[in-house]
Amino acid sequence: MGLGIPIIIPVSKPSKGAAGKTGLWRVEKPVVDEDKCIKCWLCWLYCPEDVITEGPNGFPQIDYTFCKGCGVCADVCPTKAIQMIKEEE
Amino acid sequence: MAVEGTWEIITGNQAAAIAAKLARVKVVPAYPITPQTTIVEYIASFIESGHMDAEYIRVESEHSAMAAAIGASAAGVRAFTATASQGLLLMSEVLHWAAGSRLPIGMAVVNRAVGPPWNIHVDHQDAMSQRDTGWLQVYISSNQEVLDTILMMYKVAEHPDVLLPFMVCLDGFVLSHTYMPVNIPRQEDVDEFLPEYSPPHWKLDPENPITFGNLALPEEYQEMRWSMDLSMRRALDLIEDVAEEFFQKFGRYHGGVTWKYKVEDADYVVVTAGTMASEAEVAVDELREEGMRVGLLKVRAFRPFPHRDVAEVLQDRKGVIIIDRSIAFSSGGPIGIEVRSSLYNISGSPPVVNYVTGLGGRDVTYEDIVEMTKDGIGRITSDRLRRPYYWYKLKPEYEKIELSEEVRL
Repeated sequence: MGLGIPIIIPVSKPSKGAAGKTGLWRVEKPVVDEDKCIKCWLCWLYCPEDVITEGPNGFPQIDYTFCKGCGVCADVCPTKAIQMIKEEE
Repeated sequence: MAVEGTWEIITGNQAAAIAAKLARVKVVPAYPITPQTTIVEYIASFIESGHMDAEYIRVESEHSAMAAAIGASAAGVRAFTATASQGLLLMSEVLHWAAGSRLPIGMAVVNRAVGPPWNIHVDHQDAMSQRDTGWLQVYISSNQEVLDTILMMYKVAEHPDVLLPFMVCLDGFVLSHTYMPVNIPRQEDVDEFLPEYSPPHWKLDPENPITFGNLALPEEYQEMRWSMDLSMRRALDLIEDVAEEFFQKFGRYHGGVTWKYKVEDADYVVVTAGTMASEAEVAVDELREEGMRVGLLKVRAFRPFPHRDVAEVLQDRKGVIIIDRSIAFSSGGPIGIEVRSSLYNISGSPPVVNYVTGLGGRDVTYEDIVEMTKDGIGRITSDRLRRPYYWYKLKPEYEKIELSEEVRL
């Protein structure tokens, strides 16, 4: 019964780097203190860019090529193990 | 053709609430605003008494009401809310989100003047100022039409070719708080006419995670807007088809994208919308008794705008008189602007007189419509069409200023 009108919707699969190489314009970057980290993975759950993976030591590892420095991971971290550091530092 | 169901004497707002119940709406985020308030109050009582199976969300503003409706519709269920005036304007940003995400949400807009100054009476400015949000908009003339049109518009909005939200616009107080006899169809007949909503395009599903509302740069964005425009135009035929299907099932027809009254042999046609259109039917009868061949073209769908139908009905007439209950400052009435756009490139395009009147609830009776029609015919026949639009029923001291030649247009 339809004419087959193309419905183009702003919906996509979440993927790393959908907004380009955001590392280029990031102002602050998150840095994980492995002494404080309890591996609760809240940072991984909340990261809107899917850039947090498990590193070689089993702690969260951040892909700085695509991390846009939004700071959500630092904000949700219950042990304050993630600090936002200015890029130039 | 079955005219079953029960008859009740109810207000336009009750008709809207009952329509939401009959449509088996699953989520109703609600924020009260006059003259809409009783719609969400009736729905609250239906849910509280167990007559309606839906989630009722008491939100903190109209912006949140629409955001919650978007969330519900995105999760794959039928959502409904209602608003008016400033409430609709507060929603404006999220109205774009609903349409752009292609979510067929239903909303009753009880048309009310926009402030300041504060005014709670009928005026189409609120909805007409939201005409380019991507929402379908239908203007209503009776309480029965409110109930029937909400059921019909869900069917249009959820069609896989459309997938856009809709507003059913009813005149504040004139319909919202006025009692009329309304036939309430049987639930089983409505269920047959309007099956459960199942999104054919996308929905939020934890098994298949997606993001929506994300970035679309110049290489993608334009086609999304084109697709909305195409669906909007496709809705023109679907509104007609669904109105016909509704007529076959329930025996009632209120028109499709337009409603025509005595236009076949008319020299002059009055064009208007909402309850002014039902007044205009009486005006047409009066004028015909005086020997003037006048007809009425009621614009039901304002978005999508029925340009082809309007042109077909109006071409080769001696003149067109358009009455608007809204002002596009310095350009006239919104319907006047659209109708001119329908007529401009066709042969036999008639002269047009556009009146702006009835703002903020100023009464417009059939006698007023008779007077505007006669004034319009007089201007057309004596070549006094100096302006693209005229104000009608200004207080006399202001009318003098309006009609003086010094006021530039």
